[in-house]
Amino acid sequence: MKARKIGAALAGAAVALTLAACGSGDASGSGGGEEPYIAIVSKGFQHQFWQAVKKGAEQEAQKRGARITFVGPATEQEVEEQMNMLTNALAKQPDAIGFAALDSRAAAPLLNQAQSSDIPVIAFDSGVESDIPATTVATDNKAAAAEAAKQLSERLGGEGKVALVVHDQTSLSGTDRRDGFVEWMKENAPGITVLDPQYGGGDQLESTNITKSILSANPDLDGIYASNEGSAIGVIKGVQEAGRDDVTIVGFDSGTAQIEAIKDGRMAGAVTQNPIGMGEQLVDAALKALDGQQLPKAIDTSFYWYDKDNIDDPKIREVLYE
Amino acid sequence: MTLLEAPARESTGGGLASAARNRLQQLLAFASLIVICGFFSVASRYFFTYGNFTAILFSTVVIGTLAIGTTFVIISGGIDLSIGTGMALCAVMSGVFLVDLGLPLALGVPAAILFGGLIGLVNGINVSVFKIPPFIATLAMMLVAGGLALVLSDSAPIYFTDVEGYVELSTGSLLPGVEFPNAVLVLLGAALVAGVLLTKTVLGRYTYSMGSNEEATALSGINVRKWKIAIYAFAGLFIGLAGVMISARLGSAQPATGMGYELQAIAAVVIGGTSLSGGKGSIVGTLIGALIISVLNNGLQIMSIPQEWQNVILGCVILVAVYADMLRKKET
Repeated sequence: MKARKIGAALAGAAVALTLAACGSGDASGSGGGEEPYIAIVSKGFQHQFWQAVKKGAEQEAQKRGARITFVGPATEQEVEEQMNMLTNALAKQPDAIGFAALDSRAAAPLLNQAQSSDIPVIAFDSGVESDIPATTVATDNKAAAAEAAKQLSERLGGEGKVALVVHDQTSLSGTDRRDGFVEWMKENAPGITVLDPQYGGGDQLESTNITKSILSANPDLDGIYASNEGSAIGVIKGVQEAGRDDVTIVGFDSGTAQIEAIKDGRMAGAVTQNPIGMGEQLVDAALKALDGQQLPKAIDTSFYWYDKDNIDDPKIREVLYE
Repeated sequence: MTLLEAPARESTGGGLASAARNRLQQLLAFASLIVICGFFSVASRYFFTYGNFTAILFSTVVIGTLAIGTTFVIISGGIDLSIGTGMALCAVMSGVFLVDLGLPLALGVPAAILFGGLIGLVNGINVSVFKIPPFIATLAMMLVAGGLALVLSDSAPIYFTDVEGYVELSTGSLLPGVEFPNAVLVLLGAALVAGVLLTKTVLGRYTYSMGSNEEATALSGINVRKWKIAIYAFAGLFIGLAGVMISARLGSAQPATGMGYELQAIAAVVIGGTSLSGGKGSIVGTLIGALIISVLNNGLQIMSIPQEWQNVILGCVILVAVYADMLRKKET
């Protein structure tokens, strides 16, 4: 009998305690207040890239006297989870919504709901197939991938055999970064053979293993292109573990490991988006929409090629995240 | 009452005391749910609204459906890790039936649900006939199903834009006058059917009995091999149903989704008081467990708790729930 009661009390108490311990976070949550509140629902939250977007959004919000929250599912496959997050964000009656859709069609009913409650929606990172978003703040992934292809081709002198390690075959960012690269090579580099793309889910270990198998199957490989941070780190590791130093690697995004590899020459260079700028422009666009200002249909957050020579350029430094 | 408890009593031999214990566990879980809801209602003015409650119920549908099927498997002493990617495969199959083959809704949806049963059937045969431990057999199926979902869909989402009425299966509102998503009705219907089968039929009785003591069950003349296959196949139907519900909600079959859903569903089952070592558990408990998870997810997000901490809290709640369950058991 006693144990039973203890069990019940323990369960109740612990739940209450854990929640109370987090009560401090609530002050900023449902406090309301006068400053405009922008609820941002992203594609992820734990990757350095999303953390950089979040940082940019927070900086801009602080500067302009706004309040933001930033959430996203654990992986870019969890479309349903993202729908739940968007539902919960709408329940908080924000002044504006920032939304990076994993699957834009799935979100249509919720976006309609936002529209009918007069909550402006700013799309970011990837477009939403709908008229509802006031604007889209994004990088042209295809053009960025083409830039990576061009740089790799130049370094190989327009000849050789290259492979792709791509982070995802279902999301738009994955397919755009794959197709942008492959199409540029097809059109502009007839001397370069492009192997079939391999997918590592953006996972470092997975991408390492893939890279090693590509190298064993193709000892004559000259270059590898990695389509995001996790893939790039995996490729660097795989090439290193295979004991090769004659493979030219080009990557995507930044992060400490990639920056180091570019500095010490293990990697030729990478294309970077401007995640901090993306966060800033997202908040800026949301505030402008709240002001009733007219916004352009798309806001390009641009991309940059960086390598050993320009990595310390202040303009590049600014867009790289550690 | 007596009828309801009869199977559990017969199988576990625990008599009324065991039935009362099950009740208590459910009460405990239910009390936790009320406490959590009460806390969030005070903490945030956006929590206690009709719209938010339907949102919570809506977000419970997929995990809840998966958890109901898994309850059978876990009570029988097994485990099923293939439900997450199995669900993605069934969603893709629904797309194949309805979009690629153009079958009518009344045919395609049952076919997709039955496909889930097929996944369960294969699991059951592997576990029962080939004697592969359930953890391994269903782990293998998890990989096979996840891969097949990508193969069959060409790694691209299948959209149900032209399938009339499909999205309404989930997001439509059949109840007149109120905004109440059909998906929740489907979940409640599935729970009702599962609850009746578990407590009032031979399938349910043998499920408990095998989970308590498989050898004794076999010795008493029951064809354990056959019934085990039946349990996995039956649980598979819920994988199929979850596949239909998730793709209807999203308006698309997402082939790469589903990884991790199995763990959430198992967590819901365990929070609801079903013992991982088999022999004990209930559908009501599982529903409450699934609700606790979705209320926590919803409430923490509504309170704008940083996301990193949300997982910490969720993990702590699971630990507490299971620990309370162990304390309760130690006593007998």
